[in-house]
Amino acid sequence: MRYWSPYGEFFSKLVGRILKSENYVKSISSRMALFTELLGKNVIKNVAGLGRIFDYIGHFFYWTMKPPFRWNLFFEQMHFIGNRSLFIILLSGSFTGMVMAYQTYFGFKLISVDSLVGPVVAITLARELAPVLTGLIVAGRAGAAMAAEIGTMKVTEQIDALEVMGISSIQYLGVPRILAATLAVPMLSVLFQFIGNVGSIIVGTKALMIDEVIYLSKLGEFMFIQDIVQGVIKAFVFGFVIAIIGTYFGFQVTKGAEGVGKGTNLAVVWGMISVLVLDYFLTSFLVHIL
Amino acid sequence: MLQFESPAISFKNVTKTFGNHTILNNLSFDIPKGKITTILGFSGAGKSTMMKHILGLLTPSVGTVEVLGNNLAEMTSLQLREFRKNYGMLFQYAALFDSFTAHGNVAFPLVEFTKMSKEQIDERVKELLLSVGLKEESHFKLPSELSGGMRKRVGLARALALSPQIMLYDEPTTGLDPITTKMVNELIVETSVNHKEIGLTSIIISHDIKATLEISDFIAFLDRGNIVEYLPAKEFKNSSNPLVQEFVNL
Repeated sequence: MRYWSPYGEFFSKLVGRILKSENYVKSISSRMALFTELLGKNVIKNVAGLGRIFDYIGHFFYWTMKPPFRWNLFFEQMHFIGNRSLFIILLSGSFTGMVMAYQTYFGFKLISVDSLVGPVVAITLARELAPVLTGLIVAGRAGAAMAAEIGTMKVTEQIDALEVMGISSIQYLGVPRILAATLAVPMLSVLFQFIGNVGSIIVGTKALMIDEVIYLSKLGEFMFIQDIVQGVIKAFVFGFVIAIIGTYFGFQVTKGAEGVGKGTNLAVVWGMISVLVLDYFLTSFLVHIL
Repeated sequence: MLQFESPAISFKNVTKTFGNHTILNNLSFDIPKGKITTILGFSGAGKSTMMKHILGLLTPSVGTVEVLGNNLAEMTSLQLREFRKNYGMLFQYAALFDSFTAHGNVAFPLVEFTKMSKEQIDERVKELLLSVGLKEESHFKLPSELSGGMRKRVGLARALALSPQIMLYDEPTTGLDPITTKMVNELIVETSVNHKEIGLTSIIISHDIKATLEISDFIAFLDRGNIVEYLPAKEFKNSSNPLVQEFVNL
């Protein structure tokens, strides 16, 4: 049986290059040397890329501390990332809560603990689904928009114009977006969680006929403030990372419209991957301290 | 090579390398104050790299670049940002901020760097836009609603907003029709004449030999990272340098 994996694709390309290479030689040792060389080149390239992102993060903190603080740009971005994402967040949140209620109910009914649907859905939403799904939605919507907007400005020399005027493009374009996303994503995540619970309560009590009093009392019994705090911390980190990635790939754009498309694509892909990978590490860390 | 007393810009033995590639090769020359100087050269000769050195966006690998008597390499990044208020730049495609109107684009540096009231800014913007020949009915149009020539006018008004001492023009007529080209060239000369009292130094990076000969005071020819000819515009056409002759007779 064949499984798809990004590593599989990487290695198949690598082996392909070795076999097609002009330096192709039959001896195993030479092939191994070439393989190691190509692997090394890729590792260096990726480590250098990671270094540039950390350098960018350093610049972000530096320029955040420097006046002037452009509040109008910050609020514009809060409006774009927050208000303009409301509809999609409320829609996704409500349906996620409703589906979760159904799925949990049918599982729990088998072992006669259907009264615990409320707290299970609420805890899952608070700790995982709300921050992760909000992060993925914002990465797809706002992260892509950040990369496309900044990338277009880069290829049309608007960023050069800012720099020539003596204005830091990171301070003018990056800082407001990153700060706004870092604050807006936790807010959206709390809303996602709230509306998800509303959906779950409606389905649980009206469609699945769980007693309202029992549903709510179990919710109060098993749900704690730490669950919500854990989700908010995650959403805070996701918001920061999504905006860092979105703006970074925007600033890296070269080669016209094709470059803008590529930058936007990278921003979405890496934004989403980062949310999922970071979620694991944050969970393993936060469960020990909260 | 031409020498000037207290030049606006001075390259002193500047070499710039990127990896194994030498872009500027022991470049030494002065750009005079209050004049229009054009840098000509084939693609890849190092014109853009030279301009980035003037702006302090790149630092020389060897040598120094002095602008208005200041060695740019000795400035901190914040000092350099502050110093860049002395520059105005007209980009090849104007580089207007596409989310702002023509008025908003010109107001931008005034809002960022001055403490002028809104009324004062509005008045100054109107004055600047009219001075570059943009009619009042176009002042509140977005860049996407303006023609190439109009965008150049707005770009020039924005560049002049803070009364710079050095104006850089990056390929100002590339991609424009002959009438708009003529208009942009006239605008460059007018701008230089109108700002004579502050000694505005204009530097043009161009391929357009015909326009260059008409509007420049001095012309420098850059080849493989070095100035191979530098003459007053009137004498440039008669240069004995074969590369210059090849370029002039194209």
